[in-house]
Amino acid sequence: MVMAANKPRSGSFSRNFGAASSSVPSIPGLKHGPNGTMLLSSGIPDLDKILGGGLALGSLVVVTEDPEAPHHMLLLRNFMSQGLVHRQPLIYASPASDPRGFLGTLPSPMVSKDEKSRVHETEQEKGLRIAWQYKKYIGEHTSESHRGGKSEYCNDFDLRKPLERHFFSGKQIDCVSLKESADLGAFHERCSSFLSQANQNNGNITGGRIAIQSLCSPQCEYSNREWEMLSFVRSLKSVVRLSNAVAVVTFSPSLVSTTFSIRLQHLADTLVSVKAIPDEDKELAKLLTGYQDMVGLLSVHKVARFNTQVPAILETTTFSMKLQKRRSLVLECINQAPVDGATGSSYGSSGSCSGSSKTGSFDF
Amino acid sequence: MANALPSNLLDESLGGSSGGGRMILVEDCVETSGAFVVHHLLKRALNSHSSDAVVFLSFSHPLSHYDRVLRKMGCNLSVQRDNKRLLFLDMLALDHLDRNRGKTSEDILIALYGEIQKAVEISRSHEARHHITVVIDDVSLMEVDANGSSDLVLDFLRYCCSLTAQFGCSLIALNHGDVYSTVDQPNLLLQLEYLADIVIKIEPLATGLAKDVHGQLTVTNRNLRVDSGKSRSRIHNFQFRIKDNSVEYFYPGSKT
Repeated sequence: MVMAANKPRSGSFSRNFGAASSSVPSIPGLKHGPNGTMLLSSGIPDLDKILGGGLALGSLVVVTEDPEAPHHMLLLRNFMSQGLVHRQPLIYASPASDPRGFLGTLPSPMVSKDEKSRVHETEQEKGLRIAWQYKKYIGEHTSESHRGGKSEYCNDFDLRKPLERHFFSGKQIDCVSLKESADLGAFHERCSSFLSQANQNNGNITGGRIAIQSLCSPQCEYSNREWEMLSFVRSLKSVVRLSNAVAVVTFSPSLVSTTFSIRLQHLADTLVSVKAIPDEDKELAKLLTGYQDMVGLLSVHKVARFNTQVPAILETTTFSMKLQKRRSLVLECINQAPVDGATGSSYGSSGSCSGSSKTGSFDF
Repeated sequence: MANALPSNLLDESLGGSSGGGRMILVEDCVETSGAFVVHHLLKRALNSHSSDAVVFLSFSHPLSHYDRVLRKMGCNLSVQRDNKRLLFLDMLALDHLDRNRGKTSEDILIALYGEIQKAVEISRSHEARHHITVVIDDVSLMEVDANGSSDLVLDFLRYCCSLTAQFGCSLIALNHGDVYSTVDQPNLLLQLEYLADIVIKIEPLATGLAKDVHGQLTVTNRNLRVDSGKSRSRIHNFQFRIKDNSVEYFYPGSKT
């Protein structure tokens, strides 16, 4: 069975094998997707579900930013943390002079309340390891939160808790400052060698991650050379396609010409946009339930479809981004608030979500 | 494999057989990809007559992708390539090689045209073959490879068009219409629309995407000669739904 990976492997990656052990993939952090693809998790359980299971290996994800709000950072943080938890090689680039600083803001996987008290207990009673509890922690580290003793494909991340140090040690993590790059050629070389290293890895597929934040930032020298940026993304896309990695690139359309933005959107295999929600907007508060908890809106415009010509048609394309208990990012269908009888207009009941909303105030 | 394909709305609107000497421009946008039209035309070109051949310039995907997609539609590209009926030029790989050797975009495009012309001439001289189709997927990526020199790309396409007149071959090019919508001055897309005999535009429905209807097609068939000697255009508009093994075309509201 030939997968999207460039080297067809007989043996453990055949579809039958995957189907036999459907809940436990042979490689933590990867699972089988449709049409012979392999997926890795975005780090956001709701987003994985929306995208049909996760992000396909070999795909290019483009996130369009909203200059009014840094929601794309939420997506990047979860994406990067998920990769580190699964020990997948990571290369991160941003316009900052010291991109390593961003790693300190990566979230830690959520520890559920039961496990918290259990961890607390085992720390106190070091000598006493109760057998039935011990089974829960098949791995050596009790600090890693495993549910059911096995790694989750997708973790729930606690945005208020930073990722523990041991996830950063000894792994392939590379940080690049785009500001320091005079042109993108050198950075492309770095990505190419990163990908060939990630591919080798003793012949096992682990999946690799490339996270590029704010590619068109004006701090970067090359930012006014649109054809160069396009050429870079195009070349990146073609090397990623032949690899077992996923690349996420964010950019702000307000910083570049419309034609450039559309070309970049065409290059994307998966295209997502994030938008800010204005605070204290009375009109929106009336229209949407749960408005106060929303931090932003996420729209899915394109979903990667390899080896098939059938497009992915989603039930709904726009979701609200909420921070549950101010800790974890959830995406919800937008529910339009029930309209009071006096107005009499038919907005539809709560629960019906429409990507092409009738209200003029939305412009997704 | 039957030579006569069951007729559908798209084939009908294209008129006639795979009929030589035509340039077809396929325009799509971010919301609705026109790749399925390219797949359909490619399959048509390879199935119609056992002596027809295709030169495929791919800037977007490797052969493996098209192979898998077309296989589900009942067309085996690997076999066609082995039978010399398909010449697949993987521009992603070739471009990388040429750039490393320090060639300019102009050199690359000139060399590329040379290859196409040679392939067409060889096929023509070969007694059995008589119709070549050149497929380009897609033109906007050609521009990126040419570092934005749309003039170079336009020249290249004009030369390819001359092949249609000279050798009676067909040219099918995919381009993204929405990329040029904000560019005012005469741009590449307008020039291509002018050169083309048939323009196939793929757009979403006004109401957005739906599971049953994936979008709409507008086929404009220009330069049709009528009896009075004047030329006029014929416009067809219908909707489509894409499946793995085929595409359904139907008039709005008439889908069963």
